[in-house]
Amino acid sequence: MRILIVGCGRVGWRLASDFTAQGHDVVVVDIKPHAFRQLPEEFPGRVIVGTGIDEDVLRSAGIEHADVFVAVTNDDNTNIMAAQIAQKIYHVPRVVLRVYDPVRAEIFRELGLTVVCPTTTVAGLIEEQVLAGAASPQG
Amino acid sequence: MYIIVVGGGKVGYYLTKTLVHEGYEVFLIEKNPIKCQIYAERFGAVVMQGDGAEAAILEAAGAGRADVVIAVTGDDEDNLVICQMAKERFGVARVIARVNNPKNEELFRKLGIDVTVSQTNVILSIIEQQIPERPFVHLLALRHADLAIVEAKVSDDSPVVNQPIERIQFPPEVNVTAVLRAGDLIIPTGQTVIRAGDEIIAVTKREREEELRHLLVD
Repeated sequence: MRILIVGCGRVGWRLASDFTAQGHDVVVVDIKPHAFRQLPEEFPGRVIVGTGIDEDVLRSAGIEHADVFVAVTNDDNTNIMAAQIAQKIYHVPRVVLRVYDPVRAEIFRELGLTVVCPTTTVAGLIEEQVLAGAASPQG
Repeated sequence: MYIIVVGGGKVGYYLTKTLVHEGYEVFLIEKNPIKCQIYAERFGAVVMQGDGAEAAILEAAGAGRADVVIAVTGDDEDNLVICQMAKERFGVARVIARVNNPKNEELFRKLGIDVTVSQTNVILSIIEQQIPERPFVHLLALRHADLAIVEAKVSDDSPVVNQPIERIQFPPEVNVTAVLRAGDLIIPTGQTVIRAGDEIIAVTKREREEELRHLLVD
């Protein structure tokens, strides 16, 4: 699959490394050139310095032929805008984005985006652990 | 009418000031607490510190009863999300976004923003109107109908020269609304004969602009 990742922070480079290891064709976009230092030296994908909400940048990253688009910058609004460009303008078949703010996550889910909200996910996992601890025989 | 302005930079500041002066009920949301304090001293209690893309902040500002939300921050992604939140979450009837990158005007329209304002494009169109030797000028885009108002100076070798308007094969969806000849305004009829050097003002479908330019100017 041709996968375009916007945002090369911890999550972005992890995804980029995993997807290339699985044999996918990966392009990573980040506004900060030093963001790519995290990638492995022999990273087989392409990297592009630029903002993921600029159509020219996205086109040079091959958005017109992408099968998957992932928006994981650390800015919710950038991810929302980038994902909408991919889904509504370029009709990329699979678009996934990260949104930290749970309210915004819900609103844009209702608007048809596939949103991952780490805030609710992590809070849920922690609650689970806490409750599992409370249920242990010690109590 | 209740208007919420998001973003208290220069644009937001003067916009709020003007709207308050015009007698509108206005509320300004700005992230920077120092700016908020200064603005509150000038405008009174119509300024709130916060992130306008947060639902809780919009709610506290009374977005539910706002007639218009105007997002004028310096970041297009923020302006887009603010307007979409206002529309989708709070049912605001009219949302207006400032567009910093002029390329985003088209994009925002496709994503459902009612009105976009691009300073770059506004200044560009003013410059184009001021340059006299430009024979074909796009004066105004009428957004919803996809129409434009254009001005063209008829060239000496245009096929329309010395023809009455009723005999000229204009492209479809073009309407000649005025002719300027040596500073005089002529409201044209079918019998009006076009001369070289006339300035024609026409309403046209945007996709017909190029054909019209070809007919009058080339």
